[in-house]
Amino acid sequence: MAGGRVGLLLDPNLLASLGAGKRVALVSGTNGKTTTTALLAAAAGANGALVATNHTGSNMPAGHVAALVGQSETEIAVLEVDEAYVAQVAMATKPAVIVLLNLSRDQLDRMSEVRMVAERWRGSLAALPATTVVANADDPLIVYAARDASHVVWVAGGLRWREDATGCPACGGHISFDAQGGWTCADCDLARPAVAWRLVDDLIEGPDGAVPIALSLPGRFNVENAVLAVAAAAALNVTAVQSAAAMSLVTDVAGRFVQRTIGEVRVRLMLAKNPAGWSALLDLVVDEEAPVVVSINARTADGADPSWLYDVDFGLLAGRPVVATGDRWRDLSVRLRYAEVAHRCESDPGDAVALAGADGQRVEFIGNYTAFRDLLERP
Amino acid sequence: MSALRVAVVYPDLLGTYGDGGNGEILGRRLAWRGIEATVLQAISSEPIPEADLYCLGGGEDGPQVLAAERLRRDETFAGAVKDGAVVFAVCAGFQIVGRSFPGANGEIHQGVGLLDIETTKGTGARAVGEVAVRIREDLKLGHAIPTVSGFENHGGVTTLGSGVVPLGDVRFGVGNGGGDGTEGAMAGRVIGTYLHGPVLARNPALSDLLLQMALGGGALDPLDDSAEDELRQERLAKLS
Repeated sequence: MAGGRVGLLLDPNLLASLGAGKRVALVSGTNGKTTTTALLAAAAGANGALVATNHTGSNMPAGHVAALVGQSETEIAVLEVDEAYVAQVAMATKPAVIVLLNLSRDQLDRMSEVRMVAERWRGSLAALPATTVVANADDPLIVYAARDASHVVWVAGGLRWREDATGCPACGGHISFDAQGGWTCADCDLARPAVAWRLVDDLIEGPDGAVPIALSLPGRFNVENAVLAVAAAAALNVTAVQSAAAMSLVTDVAGRFVQRTIGEVRVRLMLAKNPAGWSALLDLVVDEEAPVVVSINARTADGADPSWLYDVDFGLLAGRPVVATGDRWRDLSVRLRYAEVAHRCESDPGDAVALAGADGQRVEFIGNYTAFRDLLERP
Repeated sequence: MSALRVAVVYPDLLGTYGDGGNGEILGRRLAWRGIEATVLQAISSEPIPEADLYCLGGGEDGPQVLAAERLRRDETFAGAVKDGAVVFAVCAGFQIVGRSFPGANGEIHQGVGLLDIETTKGTGARAVGEVAVRIREDLKLGHAIPTVSGFENHGGVTTLGSGVVPLGDVRFGVGNGGGDGTEGAMAGRVIGTYLHGPVLARNPALSDLLLQMALGGGALDPLDDSAEDELRQERLAKLS
């Protein structure tokens, strides 16, 4: 990373020259970037191509440079891109494919509001006539950003979080959703486009038929990410059958969902950074009995304002043993009080895990960005 | 009386900054005291329901304009406010209940006009960060409200007309941003503020003020607010 940053200072065109001659795929969106990048990187290499990728989640240009340095032999680069850097990285790398997953509120003190991001993406896609845009048709903000691009492949990628999508990004009108996930604006022609790829139970249906999908990663939201990855890999000439086989072997995405033993306690580590991500993870853990440790920080990389805790339906955890921790455990504790979730508090995350797992049960640990990272990197 | 009705106005448009929590908090504080309460989510595709206390939250520029247009035309809302419903409006919602507010490109939009305030687009950096506000003692609110803690994130500058009084004075942060050091505004039973957090999570005394206004009665039974008090004190201590 430091090397990447220095390199960019010395040569602002470094990313363009490192990417030259490679087929580049970019992946961006609020949630699922790192996982989808890992799945697509696996799929892109399924028929033997060498693939470079920024698998650690370093998703700004310095991270892209670091991922591409010394990779002159690789044919394909799959890069996760921070939402704010899509235009810059796309102009430098002239990607064959851009995957756009979803847009929802995240770190509002640092990031722009989501409509501004969609507007910027729209502008940069207009300048990329040779790029295939693989876009989530279920998210009105993504459809608005992608619909005028030269070549769009629409995918039913799911949308669990609709609270940022009610005001039409095109005209300000009201967008209404039906029970099947279809949506339309009451005041203009923005509506869910027909899709080329979708998920039906455990089958990915595409233009050439249906392929079974079974991931090692947990959660329906990851299967939805996989559909977008399969569609993107198809644009790189990898068949859905090859992609599905390669993606089923992906087990660890930058430590997410990994099982660790901390002290004497077995812990499953999970990362959720914003309301949409929390909603997906709470759906995942709610079916189980294990105690839950929730850890919240509000450092620079997390966003300084944890108001979003009130967008998350923590009431789903009621009745489970819950321990609140992280730098902002007091905010979390008040949040859990108003959600009527009985809980204990422990300011140190390691002590919180020990407390939750004291009777020998496996513990589910969900943290936001730095809270997750700190526990993952704990020796 | 029948159940106290708390309505969260347009959570689909004015829900960007967790301010929906204010409605949830008010509902819980009523229920914990054995006061029957209903918390209604008033989505923007439906007419506003009748309620005793309306909460408006923050939102993005486009949805804010849509919310203002719908709210201005809503006769139930206008009637309820006229009949004495309490309105608690945060950030974009605060701007909406004023006379006018700016859109994404600085164009002026008409507000609902419940507060004699006007908001324009600020010329400097967006106001983002923790805020501490000393509530004005001359508001005669019935009980003392300790220094209020919240988080602001806005690009508007709000100037207060003669028909309102400021909610308080900024001890840390920006607030209304017009150079007079004020934060928020109040007129009768309408209160506006720039503070997220959500602000009622950190400031239970403010929650209870709103509930007292809506219930029209005297003191409420005390609750154990030690978690909220510790949180507020922690946030305020970080500022000094």
